Amino acid sequence: MARIPLIYNVRNLGQRRVSTALTALGIALVAWVFIFTLALAGGFQSALQATGSRDNAIIVRNGSTAELTSIITRDVAAAVESQPEIARAPDGRPLATAELVVVWNLPRKSGTTTNVVVRGVGPKSAALRSKVHLAAGRMFRPGLDEVVVGKMVAERFQNCSVGDHLKLSGRDWNVVGVFDAGGTGYDSEIWGDVELFMPVFDRPVYQSVILRLGDNSHFAALKKRLESDPRMSVTVHREDQFYAAQAGALAGLLRSLGIFVTLIMALGAVFGALNTMYASVGARTKEIGTLRAIGFSGGSVLLSILVESTLLALLGGAIGCLLALPVRNFTTGTMSFTSFSELAFRFAVTPGMLLSGMIFAGAMGLVGGFFPARKAASMPVVEALRQA
Amino acid sequence: MKYLRYVVAHLARAKRRTFLTVSSIALALFLFCTLRTVMTSFDAALRASDDTRLVVRHAASLVFPLPLAYRDRLAQIQDVEHVGYGNWFGGFYQDPKNQIAEFAVDVKNFFLIYPEILLPADQRRAFEGERTACLIGRGLAKKYGWKLGDVVPITGTIYPGEWRLTVRGIYAGKTEDIDENTIFFNWEYLNESMPDVRKNWVGIYWLRLHSASLAPAVSDRVDAMFQNSPQPTKTETEKAFQAGFLSMMGNVSMLLTILGSAIVFAIMLVTVNTMLMAARERTTEIAVLKTLGFSNRLILMLVGAEAVLLSLAGGIVGSAAAYVIFRNIDFTGGGMFANFRVLPETIGFGLLLAVFLGLLSGLVPAIQASRLQIAGALRKVA
Repeated sequence: MARIPLIYNVRNLGQRRVSTALTALGIALVAWVFIFTLALAGGFQSALQATGSRDNAIIVRNGSTAELTSIITRDVAAAVESQPEIARAPDGRPLATAELVVVWNLPRKSGTTTNVVVRGVGPKSAALRSKVHLAAGRMFRPGLDEVVVGKMVAERFQNCSVGDHLKLSGRDWNVVGVFDAGGTGYDSEIWGDVELFMPVFDRPVYQSVILRLGDNSHFAALKKRLESDPRMSVTVHREDQFYAAQAGALAGLLRSLGIFVTLIMALGAVFGALNTMYASVGARTKEIGTLRAIGFSGGSVLLSILVESTLLALLGGAIGCLLALPVRNFTTGTMSFTSFSELAFRFAVTPGMLLSGMIFAGAMGLVGGFFPARKAASMPVVEALRQA
Repeated sequence: MKYLRYVVAHLARAKRRTFLTVSSIALALFLFCTLRTVMTSFDAALRASDDTRLVVRHAASLVFPLPLAYRDRLAQIQDVEHVGYGNWFGGFYQDPKNQIAEFAVDVKNFFLIYPEILLPADQRRAFEGERTACLIGRGLAKKYGWKLGDVVPITGTIYPGEWRLTVRGIYAGKTEDIDENTIFFNWEYLNESMPDVRKNWVGIYWLRLHSASLAPAVSDRVDAMFQNSPQPTKTETEKAFQAGFLSMMGNVSMLLTILGSAIVFAIMLVTVNTMLMAARERTTEIAVLKTLGFSNRLILMLVGAEAVLLSLAGGIVGSAAAYVIFRNIDFTGGGMFANFRVLPETIGFGLLLAVFLGLLSGLVPAIQASRLQIAGALRKVA
């Protein structure tokens, strides 16, 4: 079967510039919306997922799905920290920390208020989060009225830059540093000395214990021992799974909203592509008749028109991908229902998402081109040639 | 009007194209109505709030409780008519996916605070007279098939353990904006089950006033009273409280607006394209009309009217579909929306948008058609 050269299709698209541009732009917008919603859901999920580490375990009260609703007393925390599975820090002490978590209502720079996680941390807390490092200023000194803030907090909230005074629980705290937690949930938190926070926030108990496993495979043994101890009444989670589970519901909702919107919109765009291709086929009835008359088969014509509409759609997809690249720089915050506080995150545009956008656009072109192509292929040659 | 038949006949001539265009506009308007309804559903709590109700919470955040002892001090404040209180109880039924909104409330004053909660008098008495009784909304009764007398086991996430509540009443909301998917149960039952350190703490207080104009003064009085205590308060109207809650959701409305604009713009491109193609096909015909003496203005109107009619048809189909579909399915967005319904304003706005879309897409072809030179156009296509 002789193939109709590709250049024929390219020239054809060039012939009807306005129509080609409008259709391609329409498809581009659909691809853009598709990538936009994927990037939103993906950004949210990866912010929470990356918050936990595979090598860490987090211990909360039995039945709690979030730190906020958990209670760990001092003696339980001490018992957990003496378990043999815990890795050792360079100073020889166990790499574990008991932390206090409260949420505090603070004004955003825009003037509205929202809850922020305030975490009381210990000397080992930073070492347990390998992604956390200081971006500006210095670490707080234990025992003093000093706090450090995550970079999203510094960006989005009032009185949260280095040198500012922040009012929490009736006290003025010096903001002495900003830390970068690599896009994880900690970027939306304020950290200070746990031993000082407990009396100031009037909380006699911790919310969680976080520890590094000496050997990853010992997790099951640790979990079994702690959870079967009736004096403890705790649940042991792998830290990554703990945070991934928090992302689950909302990320799933965002993703299904995105898919719903995109599918309906795609159907609309396919209708548009159908219109364009029908008109394009109708306008060159005589041309197609000529192609058939000089020996190209119906199949070649069908293939050629399919290729043309797919090309048109891929052009649109590529424009959509280009338009979606700047979306990476969007930052947004939403309330995490489990921590009852703001979680800020950056949209994540991955190569995989761009590829899905292209594939999606190509599929729209195939569907939108199929029926007009079939019509063109089955045209009686003589009648087509006779047409005006 | 006498030209309407001409316009309709035109649309009917290219049936496939008309169908495809109307469908794509309908889909766009369906999406538009859906996204807008997401926004208006978030605001339902605002519409349901009453300006004579104040909410008192811990100044730091809702997470911190207030002492039960505040109740009597609040009741003595000038212009406060009723004081009620409750604790938010996070929990689920059987599976963590089935999150249900629960409130433990003081039974004595609850109905004075919330007259919008309607239920038969005998059910109300049964609810008030039993420690483990609960009230469920009509929505929950429908969703889980719960009936009066059923024992509903709820697993608490803030208050651990399994709580067995007996359904003694099924309430309806006074207006459509009232959430009918909540469980209310006896605060005493919750309180007595707590260990001593957690006893006698209240999540929020509700105050009811004679008139909304008293709200600012009463709020100031309350907050001044507790300013220097270990648990300072923040008092605001129910509407301000709900608005604060919504603002914690972040810029959802901006994201939805971006999506909505992209959708409308994409469909506009499709429509413009269709109208251009339609106009190109009948260059000769328009020249003939002009030869017969149709004025440029009339031609402009005819081509424009066609675009608007096409677009409006799509708009009506799309928004009607959204209205009917969301009336008949129970969409809650995973429990995010109490009552997901398309408001009449949304439909009005959508139709306006459709007309605007039609005008815009018909503009270029209409101007082209009205400016057409007769001789050239007649010569163009043999």
